[in-house]
Amino acid sequence: MSRINFGRSLGAPLAFGALFALGVLIAVSTADNAAAQAQSPNTVVIKNFMFMPMAVVVKAGTTVTWKNLDGEPHTVVNDSGLFRSTALDENDTYKFKFEKPGVYKVFCGIHPNMKETITVQ
Amino acid sequence: MSADHPSDPSRRGALQCLAFGGAGTLFVLAGGVLAPLDLAVAAAGRSASAGSGVPLFLQISDTHIGFNKEANPDVAGTLKQTIELVNAMPAKPALTIHTGDITHLSKPEEFDHAAQLMSGLNITELHTTPGEHDVTDGPGTEYFNRFGQASDNKGYYSFDHQGVHFIALVNVMHFKPNGLGGLGDDQLAWLEADLKGRSSSTPIVVFAHMPMWTIYQPWGWGTGDADQAFSHLRRFGSVTVLNGHIHQIVSKVEGNITFHTARSTAYPQPTAGNGAGPMPLKVPSDQLPKMLGVTGVKFVRHPLALSLTDTTLA
Repeated sequence: MSRINFGRSLGAPLAFGALFALGVLIAVSTADNAAAQAQSPNTVVIKNFMFMPMAVVVKAGTTVTWKNLDGEPHTVVNDSGLFRSTALDENDTYKFKFEKPGVYKVFCGIHPNMKETITVQ
Repeated sequence: MSADHPSDPSRRGALQCLAFGGAGTLFVLAGGVLAPLDLAVAAAGRSASAGSGVPLFLQISDTHIGFNKEANPDVAGTLKQTIELVNAMPAKPALTIHTGDITHLSKPEEFDHAAQLMSGLNITELHTTPGEHDVTDGPGTEYFNRFGQASDNKGYYSFDHQGVHFIALVNVMHFKPNGLGGLGDDQLAWLEADLKGRSSSTPIVVFAHMPMWTIYQPWGWGTGDADQAFSHLRRFGSVTVLNGHIHQIVSKVEGNITFHTARSTAYPQPTAGNGAGPMPLKVPSDQLPKMLGVTGVKFVRHPLALSLTDTTLA
């Protein structure tokens, strides 16, 4: 379900992102198999009160983009205060560049039961 | 309304219906127990159910100014209709409480628009507590610039009115890991100090945005540390706890404590667990007015009680 939504709503940019991610994946796999396995797209969609995917793994220096597809606004908030989006209305996006490796917990400030984890390697 | 325009599908007819559906709740403090007064009934002069008691205050909630999706493309219109309904009441209370989600996206222009609309209310004294939609920009910003003065920018504060002690709490800025609202240690310590030394016979009205008891945990409909607040409140003979957030009425009586959530003036939400999440509920336009409303509270002295009345626009 989430994959279908992904493709339809984001189209070409996502396909490009996927190719890019694949490139990274191959590059990394030569160095570190475990890390490569966990690589994922750097776009998160918010739909039906969920972050999708709920766990994202990116390399340091990657900009992650969130897009809200719900009619209800959501926010993207880091629990340690590193970043916080304004309220995203339907189809609004928010970007944050992750400079340092670590595990970043993210929730929606309006519906805090919505959670995800961004792992930066 | 449908009696006046039984088959009129016009926008005007729909708006008139909306007018009656979107009213808030007028609280009547009757013998120490708050009772919601049916505003549509009050406006029509059929105030039998609310006949005994002094109108104490009006609760209005979840106006969501800035929302424009299909569940209600005209939230300003339904708020206006609500205000007109309140203004038409024969006996008006002295103050209004807004239990949050004044705006939809915390934008300055939404707060400005809400203030402009609320200024049409004949009840001039307004007390507020923020909803999570009002503070999406974090602490100390738009909401606090406008309403922070009463609380030295903390958001929570108390005041007395007609012998009733009112306490505004903020449970949308310290969320619990499971998504429930939270008060936080500082606020709980403040509450304990605020209540200390008060006579247990003082009627208490507590208002906050999110429900102060757990209605549905998966959607965060509750306040994780509310029990600590109630440990300070239980000794009082009359405690009325008012919330918004869930855009529908749910109430409960537990000992001397009456819990009550108000309707929204903007749009309904699904009942607990019904659907993907607590998102705006699109209903047929003739149903919408019946799902929007306000709550009124009346004070009845013998026996000392507050009584609550909920009113819809239709």
